[in-house]
Amino acid sequence: MAKVLVVTSGKGGVGKTTSTAAIGAALAQGGENVAVVDFDVGLRNLDLIMGAERRVVFDLINVIQGEAKLAQALIRDRRIDTLSLLPASQTRDKEALTAEGVARVMEELREKFDWVVCDSPAGIERGATLAMYHADVAVIVTNPEVSSVRDSDRIIGLLDSKTARAEKGERVEKHLLISRFDPARALRGEMLKTEDVLEILSIPLLGIIPESQEVLRASNLGSPITLSNPNSAPARAYFDAVKRLQGQTIAVTVPHERRGFMGKLFGRRVAVA
Amino acid sequence: MTLFSFLQKRSSAPVARERLQILLAHERAIAGKSDLVAVLQEEILTVIAKHVTVEREKVQIKLDRGSPVSTLEIGIEMPTPVVVPN
Repeated sequence: MAKVLVVTSGKGGVGKTTSTAAIGAALAQGGENVAVVDFDVGLRNLDLIMGAERRVVFDLINVIQGEAKLAQALIRDRRIDTLSLLPASQTRDKEALTAEGVARVMEELREKFDWVVCDSPAGIERGATLAMYHADVAVIVTNPEVSSVRDSDRIIGLLDSKTARAEKGERVEKHLLISRFDPARALRGEMLKTEDVLEILSIPLLGIIPESQEVLRASNLGSPITLSNPNSAPARAYFDAVKRLQGQTIAVTVPHERRGFMGKLFGRRVAVA
Repeated sequence: MTLFSFLQKRSSAPVARERLQILLAHERAIAGKSDLVAVLQEEILTVIAKHVTVEREKVQIKLDRGSPVSTLEIGIEMPTPVVVPN
């Protein structure tokens, strides 16, 4: 039975697209058949993060409007053959994203894949509400920062009221993914603690992705971080998060970069200064 | 020096946490209520339309949340003479 997962947040710039790529790739690396779908019509970026920007021919809107078949629009990843991308349209109007069209495409994706991972646009407009509408599972990406937590709270409210599951009296399984976490700043009391964010939003924790230069490097290369640097701290955090999504129980820790002797020495000095 | 500035500067995360808790308690209450206003507006319109012909935009509903009481204000502008639907 296919699972539809939405990666959402309300606020922009918190790491939805990075997380969609990393979660989708990590699932596929584990042997699952995965489609990642970009819902950000007009501002697509998942193609760029996945390194498939030059291979886009047809997109989600073409499929919705019947101008292309789903199989023509899906882009198979060159590195993992169980991973496919359905890009958003960069030029079409957001209004072309119709509820009926999206329902049809999601139904077809459910038949073909084990996981359908939807990358929601920021905000709470049509793109975002349609991205979450068919979800069985939601990953709410939140930075430990006031505006991000507030927007996440709003999104949680929408997941509980404006989704197909909510309308049927069922629940969308919700998970919190804290991203851009800086353990040193949290320790100094300069950043909201994980416990604070969890208490305020009161949904279970899926993982903590540490702030890392490796994330920007992965975007530069056009490769999900779990592929470009699977041993990096953020990649390990994503692998663990995906195992939890699949039902495994693993204690949540904040992964840190593995440093050599000089790195450790340097790191300690920075912490003391 | 480091120690001195540490004593002076209160960490900001607890402030963030407190502000969020207060704000979200308020916003969650409103989120439920704004739906209530929409539901009330529809139902009141239906009831009135049974007896008097009124224009949709002439029915105004306002919910003011206050302490210790909240008020529900319903303003209905009716045409004169009153038009009774058949």
